[in-house]
Amino acid sequence: MRQIAFYGKGGIGKSTTSQNTVAALAEAGKKVMIVGCDPKADSTRLILHAKAQATIMELAAQAGSVEDLELEDVLKTGFLGIKCVESGGPEPGVGCAGRGVITAINFLEEEGAYDEDLDYVSYDVLGDVVCGGFAMPIREGKAQEIYIVTSGEMMAMYAANNISKGILKYANSGGVRLGGLICNERKTDREEELIMASADKLSSQMIHFVPRDNIVQHAELRRMTVIEYAPDSKQANEYRSLAKKIDENTMKVIPTPVTMDELEDLLVEYGIMKEEDREGPVVGGESLKVTAV
Amino acid sequence: MSIDKELNIKDHLELFRQEEFKELLKNKASRYENKVSEDEINRIKEWHKSKEYHELNWNREALVINPIKACQPLGAYLAAIGFEKTLVYSHGSQGCNAYFRTHLARHFKEPFPACSSAMTEDAAVFGGYNNMYEGLENAYKLYKPEMIAVNTTCMAEVIGDDLNAFIKNAKDKGHIPQDLPVPYAHTPSFVGSHIVGYDNMMHGILSQMSTPSGEKKDRINIIVGFDTYIGDYREIKRILGLFGVDYILLSDPSDILDSPANGEYKMYYGGTKLEDLKDAANSKATILLQRYSTKKTQELLKEWGQDVRVVNPIGIKGTDELMIAISELTGKPVPEQLEIERGRVVDAITDSYYWIYGKQFAFQGDPDLAYGLSRYLMELGGEPVHVMCTNGTKDWVEDMEKLKEEFPQGKEMNVYMGKDMWHLRTLLMQEFVPFLIGTSYHKYVERDLNDLGFPLKLIRIGYPIHDRHHLHRFPIIGYQGAIQLLTWIVNSIFDYLDSDTNKMGITDYSYDIIR
Repeated sequence: MRQIAFYGKGGIGKSTTSQNTVAALAEAGKKVMIVGCDPKADSTRLILHAKAQATIMELAAQAGSVEDLELEDVLKTGFLGIKCVESGGPEPGVGCAGRGVITAINFLEEEGAYDEDLDYVSYDVLGDVVCGGFAMPIREGKAQEIYIVTSGEMMAMYAANNISKGILKYANSGGVRLGGLICNERKTDREEELIMASADKLSSQMIHFVPRDNIVQHAELRRMTVIEYAPDSKQANEYRSLAKKIDENTMKVIPTPVTMDELEDLLVEYGIMKEEDREGPVVGGESLKVTAV
Repeated sequence: MSIDKELNIKDHLELFRQEEFKELLKNKASRYENKVSEDEINRIKEWHKSKEYHELNWNREALVINPIKACQPLGAYLAAIGFEKTLVYSHGSQGCNAYFRTHLARHFKEPFPACSSAMTEDAAVFGGYNNMYEGLENAYKLYKPEMIAVNTTCMAEVIGDDLNAFIKNAKDKGHIPQDLPVPYAHTPSFVGSHIVGYDNMMHGILSQMSTPSGEKKDRINIIVGFDTYIGDYREIKRILGLFGVDYILLSDPSDILDSPANGEYKMYYGGTKLEDLKDAANSKATILLQRYSTKKTQELLKEWGQDVRVVNPIGIKGTDELMIAISELTGKPVPEQLEIERGRVVDAITDSYYWIYGKQFAFQGDPDLAYGLSRYLMELGGEPVHVMCTNGTKDWVEDMEKLKEEFPQGKEMNVYMGKDMWHLRTLLMQEFVPFLIGTSYHKYVERDLNDLGFPLKLIRIGYPIHDRHHLHRFPIIGYQGAIQLLTWIVNSIFDYLDSDTNKMGITDYSYDIIR
């Protein structure tokens, strides 16, 4: 059983990418379970064709406590037999969503959701690594490979670098490794080259470049993956290709995150950020421009 | 014949010294406990005495061993319980509440009523508002308090529970009456200590229960601080009574934490009247008897426009400061009775002076006690060589540095903040002093040092004292308190001398009947 996790900045297309990839894996005959670690609970929507799945935390609140839940209450089966579960969490502004993720994953382990027959467990994790709870899937005994969904936008890369820091923290005590960056095209300048270069800086690889295609939106509106909605489309093949690369991936590394300065250097190098936009250190009350790289 | 003798019931002292149990414990140690050899134990003991171990210990960064401080809510509990018909309510888990209640009950040997919102894991995920609503409703129905003082535990703080909104909503939704006063304080224990919790709760109760009307009354407030000597509350009331001063003692737990056994249990007993609490902002002045446990509260009192005096009435000079403060604020002379009492303390000190003179002491405990006691020890001719507060702060250290200059012995005094009991343990092995003033926990330091050949004697003053009875009933403040402290200190010195001179024919030339 391989446990993989998708991380990335909010809104980057993690859930879409992960569900399409998982669907492609299932199509190739793999048995997969998705564990959604996002209080929004939209990690399984395209597989279950449902607006939102009843989450572990939601049902636990109704039942009184997590101990009162049964596995079948929360584990649903969707497209191509993919098993789906969502951790869920509190309403915005109260409680602790991170603790919700920990509670949910502990529950799944205790209840034996990690079936020996599974080929893959895929975690879809909210945004950046914001607290210990959201790092739960990369702690020892959980996901061994992390795929970071990113794009050529600066903040997406900043998030990718941060997630790498999170992986690094756990890499030495556990076995978690960075499997690669997935570039979800945003049509920024020299996007592919930039992501390849930043993957290089992280000692990793850009495992796949997923081009932008409107068909993804059409499929999403119908609560389906592209694999299901348009199996013959070019985009479906992109996801199949990504799934194949992940399945055959042998490059799993301890990432080498960079400093903010190095990250900016990279952006300057690829022409996304102009040199004069960057603020230099303030010395004697005067803002100095940094010399060109 | 007592029934245990009749039935031949042995208590644990005797029971486990029987051959059968000795054998059993020996087997347990050798078979199941991976016990290392005596040689190895002795080697480690010797190592602990070394400078090398001391330096390793004092360079510790990531580990705290036996800090001499408690969680914030513990102080909040003590502050809140001193108000009339007030229910102490902790927003958090039952376990936290149980800890504070037992810890306080073991010191005072009295029940300590308090309840919690019984938060569990799901409350941590979803936020604790439902627990708060139900908890307040149940607590109000069951225990019929006239005020509920809410504090928080770490869990509620980590998830950011909004007490103000929760309490307001509990009232709006009808769980508790709109007019029930429910002051609250945030008391996360990952910062500060019980003295900060005391301050936060006191600040919470005063700021939410009282507002100045603009006109000041010829009356003074007294805030005692985190003080676990019941006698102190009675002593300050007696002193103010002798002065004939109109006063409000803000938080007076002396009745509920020292209630008589007359066959009837009262959950609420005594305390500062809520009417007085509401009017407290209109007093012209407040005297605080502790500084470091009331920092935030002092700011509030200044905002109220009051004349704020902070004194530390331990020992002669400290009590003199209290007398001067009362006298200045009220215009009343110091009563003759108190002047006579002062004279008696001075007389008592001269009786004992040459026994205490030059004796060296270490102290570990709360900063206000550290300050007052160090000063008093120096007044008595003693030398407080090591003064250590786990919960000491920079301003406390600065004040201690100034105190050093007031007495010739001051230059021998070393002041440490943020150090725990394990730090103290190796420090005493390197720079030994025979007397340690501390809490019940320090009996372990005493035992360890005695075992390693250091004749250390513990004098129990502070909080908590779980293994000696009734010490908390006496005052340690005022002139009466000075006598009490002197009695404990000088008699401990005699106990020490006796145990050091009682070897028949060897040391008993100094085993004197008159000291």
